[in-house]
This record gives sequence, structure tokens and C-alpha cells, in this order.
Amino acid sequence: MAITANEVKHVASLAKLEFTDEELQKFTGQMDEIINMVEQLGEVDTTDVPVTSTVTEEVNVMREDVAVKGTDRTLLMKNVPEEKDGLIKVPAIIDESEEG
Amino acid sequence: MNYFENDLKSLHEGLVNKDFSAEELAKETFETIKKREEEIDAFITLDEERAMEKARAVDVKGIDEGNVLDGIPVGIKDNIVTKGLKTTAASKMLENFNPIYNATVMDKLDEKGMITVGKLNMDEFAMGSSTETSAFKKTKNAWDQTKVPGGSSGGSAAAVASGEVIAALGSDTGGSIRQPAAFNGIVGLKPTYGRVSRYGLIAFASSMDQIGPLTRSVYDNALMLNAISGHDFRDFTSSSKEVPDFTKGIDEGVKGMRIAVPKEYFAEGVDANVKQAVKDAIKKFEELGATVDEVSLPHTKYGVPVYYIIASSEASSNLQRFDGIRYGFRAEDVKNLEDVYVRSRSEGFGDEVKRRIMLGTFSLSAGTYDAFFKKAAQVRTLICRDYENVFENHDLILGPTAPTTAYGIGEKIDDPVTMYMNDILTIPVNLAGLPGMSLPAGFSDGLPIGMQLVAPRFREDTLYKAGFAFEQATDFHKAVPEIGGQN
Repeated sequence: MAITANEVKHVASLAKLEFTDEELQKFTGQMDEIINMVEQLGEVDTTDVPVTSTVTEEVNVMREDVAVKGTDRTLLMKNVPEEKDGLIKVPAIIDESEEG
Repeated sequence: MNYFENDLKSLHEGLVNKDFSAEELAKETFETIKKREEEIDAFITLDEERAMEKARAVDVKGIDEGNVLDGIPVGIKDNIVTKGLKTTAASKMLENFNPIYNATVMDKLDEKGMITVGKLNMDEFAMGSSTETSAFKKTKNAWDQTKVPGGSSGGSAAAVASGEVIAALGSDTGGSIRQPAAFNGIVGLKPTYGRVSRYGLIAFASSMDQIGPLTRSVYDNALMLNAISGHDFRDFTSSSKEVPDFTKGIDEGVKGMRIAVPKEYFAEGVDANVKQAVKDAIKKFEELGATVDEVSLPHTKYGVPVYYIIASSEASSNLQRFDGIRYGFRAEDVKNLEDVYVRSRSEGFGDEVKRRIMLGTFSLSAGTYDAFFKKAAQVRTLICRDYENVFENHDLILGPTAPTTAYGIGEKIDDPVTMYMNDILTIPVNLAGLPGMSLPAGFSDGLPIGMQLVAPRFREDTLYKAGFAFEQATDFHKAVPEIGGQN
């Protein structure tokens, strides 16, 4: 299976990433190589083999539902890139150029 | 107070006998670091002021004679969050991230009186095997500054190997403690999945990530693992099993120990000198009274593809949180919210991180999920079963840690698949959640060779016993790189 630049572009949009045309070329080639490598898994017979999604032995960890004090609000805001009146500031959700 | 001539025990004795104070030890440590950093570049951030303050506080309180780690300086990989100390994961995304809490392992080391001197360089978000994907600097191998230190815990390994610190913490998702330990000629242990809390470790692949110690000796490594192990209510995958004292019985020897050597670990692609060093080690273990059998782990060659699908899938999910909103890098001049996400991520992440996010997103997306993610998770089961079969009749698996010794800086960075294949011997251990340790087993052209020991789940004690016996019987761990105008 070969992956095309358009498919890579689609995956990028799912991952909220964007690439220049030059980067897209490079990534398509590299993704293709990686996908070729992983396709050798096709030769393994996995009929009736269950999946392994975790190797922890712990199951259903329970705890008492006790209220504890939350983290201080000013501390929580410490790494916020842009802040206004104690709130996180973000640009308009709708493109400003589309307004009005 | 030369770290090449000391171990944790002798440093502790020096502190107890007041041969030197914790303040003097810390001061000298920073002096050494500053000198050797000109060649090694292992640290992203130094925390001198707070470290000196803490050292003085230890002196005022007095050294706890029952606590061998009290007042000892330590280095921490920069993906382990440290309260009030910048934690970057070697990414532009977190260049100015200042955590408001400690990882559980940091609380544990603090409680033991260890003094964090700074944060160590790594591959960005621990994705890489050479520390070259760091957004900030290239760390050099302690033995040859034209070679990579390995990765992703390359800063941790190079700092310990060059005598900047006596011990460091790293993290290992596919070999990231063991391979750099091998490349730098030191001891690195990846604990059993669940042995050490992952709370506060910046997540890469949550079903495989583990924090572990890098040291110059096996005994020191056991002392460090004692300090960081144990159940944590903040990490539900951490084990509720009781933690033994890993130094207890460490000197019992390997008489009667049943060692398995997988034939797949000597396949084509493993350097001849590396093979020879491990064969010599096998002979040594036989001399020491262990029995050695050749076994087969038939699914070994599928480890790399399985790993890159599963680790990348988990990474693509874990790294969704980096969206430029609440913390981390936010792109400038953005005109709408979608732009904040896309531009912040595209400008904030480096190429290797993007490649993994892309592969993960692809593997999980509709149309490819069954053929990629599900298939990989099934083959992962077969890899786990390979190990279970061998451990029915054996206590330990032995092989090389990496196919080669350290390669040149810049040599492989543009060829992801070749770079990935280099992890073939360490990756399956993470897929199965087993404990693995790399320790010095020889040299090739002046570069260290690492040997890997793998044990059943929660049998780190077996690794330490075998490693200690080998160390006592050999001199490889005593070799010291020429660095900083002295050796």
C-alpha cells in the first residue's frame, strides 16, 4: 500500500497539523517507508488472538468518594499563554474575516 | 568527591563522617558540571540556587545515618515534572512550562533528601534514540563527543557517565533508559510496568512508559529503585504489590540460575564485536555457576512495527492536549480558534513528534484501525506469550542491549526506519511490561558495549543479583571516559 500526499494531508488535518508543500513531500515519503515496514505484520496469523492493550495487573481500582480541596486558581493559571480578568483568553471561534 | 571514584555508599559515609558537607558536595558537583558541560551538553536547565539552599538545609538538619541518599545530588530527565522548575520535554511546545506540582518520583526523592541539580536533555517528548530530536541542544556521548549519547534519556546517561552526577532518572518506553546506558557504559534499569508511578511523567505511550534509574553501579541502581518504587493512588496502573529491598540478597550470586539466550538477539544486523562481548558474558555467567540455554522468541522481528503503531497511536492521543490554550506554546498572529490549534501544534512540535502523531492518527483512523492498530495489539499478545514460554523454564533472558555501539551525530537522523530498527532488542521488553537492565559488557573501538538482562514481571531482584555478580567478576564498569582534562 502506498500512501499519497493527499492522504497524508487528510491525516494531518485530523491531527490538527499543517505542512508546507515541501514538508508534505518529505513526510509522504517517510510515512510510506514506515507503513511499508509495519505492513509485514500482515504475514502473522492472528486468528483468535486477543488484543493486548495494557500489561498492568491492577483491575477496577476503587477509592472512597471523599471531597478534597482543588488546586488554587491562581496557581492553575500560572502557565496560561494569554489571560484576561482571571480567564483564559483565546481568539474568536469564528474567523474574524468572516464577521459582519 | 570525584564521582568516578565513589558510589552512593562511600559518598554517604563521607557525609556522615563529615569529611565533607552536603553544601560542599553540591558546590563541587556544580563546578564539575559547568566544566564538563562544555563538552557534553547534558543539561537543559540547572537549578543551582535552590539546590544549594537545600544542601545547606540538609547540613543544618544533619545527615540521616540510616538514609544513604540524604544530601546526594541527582539529575532528572526533563520529561519528569518538577514543581517550580522548568520542565520542557525538550520541546519548543513546553519551552516555558513551569509545573505547579511534582511527579510522584520527585516527591519520593525529595523525601529522601536528594538534591535535584537540574533537568537533563532528551529526545523531544522522549521520541527518538539519539537525543538529536531535542529542540534545544545536542548532547554528546561521554566516551566520544562526535558520537550520540543514545536516547531518549541521552542527557541522563551522558551526565552519569561523565561524572557530572552519581545518579539520574530517565524514562523508558522502547529502550530509552537501556540503550543510552549501553552507549555510555553505565547501568540503566527499566522497571516492570507498574513498579514506579507514572504520575507527573509527561505521557508518551502510557501502556509502556516507565521511569527508572541510571547509575555507574548495579548496587547504586538498586538503591535508587528502592527510593522511587511503590503504589501511587494517582496512577491506577501502578502496582499494589509490596516493594522488596532490592539490595537484599544482591550478592547471592548466580549459582543455579537458568539463563536463556534468544537466538533472534544475535541475528544479522548485530555488530560482530557486540556479539562477541555478549558471548564472553555468557561464558562468564557459566563460570559463575549459571546454566545457559539457547531459546527462541519467534516474534522478535515484529517488535519494531508493533511498537511504532502502538506507541505512536498512544502518543497521538496523549499529545492532543497540546493545543495552545491552557499552557505551552501558542502561535502568534492567529485569527481564529482552529488556527490556535493547528499553528501552535505545527510550530511547537518538531519533525519526529509530528511523524509519530501522524502515524498514530493514521493507525487509529477509520479504514486502517483493524489492519494497523488492532493487528499490532494482537501481535503484541504473541510477543508477550513468547516471553511467558521462555520464563516457564528460565529465570533470566540475556542478550545485547543494542545492535551496535554509539553511532555518529547526524548519521541516522534523516532515516527514520533505520533509526527505529536500532531499537529491536529493547522494544519487545516494553511491549510485555517486563523489567530490563543494561550494564557494561565490553568495548569496541573505545566505545562501550551494553548487555541486556530481562526478567519476569516484578523480578528486578533477579536482574540486580545477576548484574551484581557479573560486575564483581569483570572490570568493564571501572573504565572511565577521558573527559574534562582528567580521567
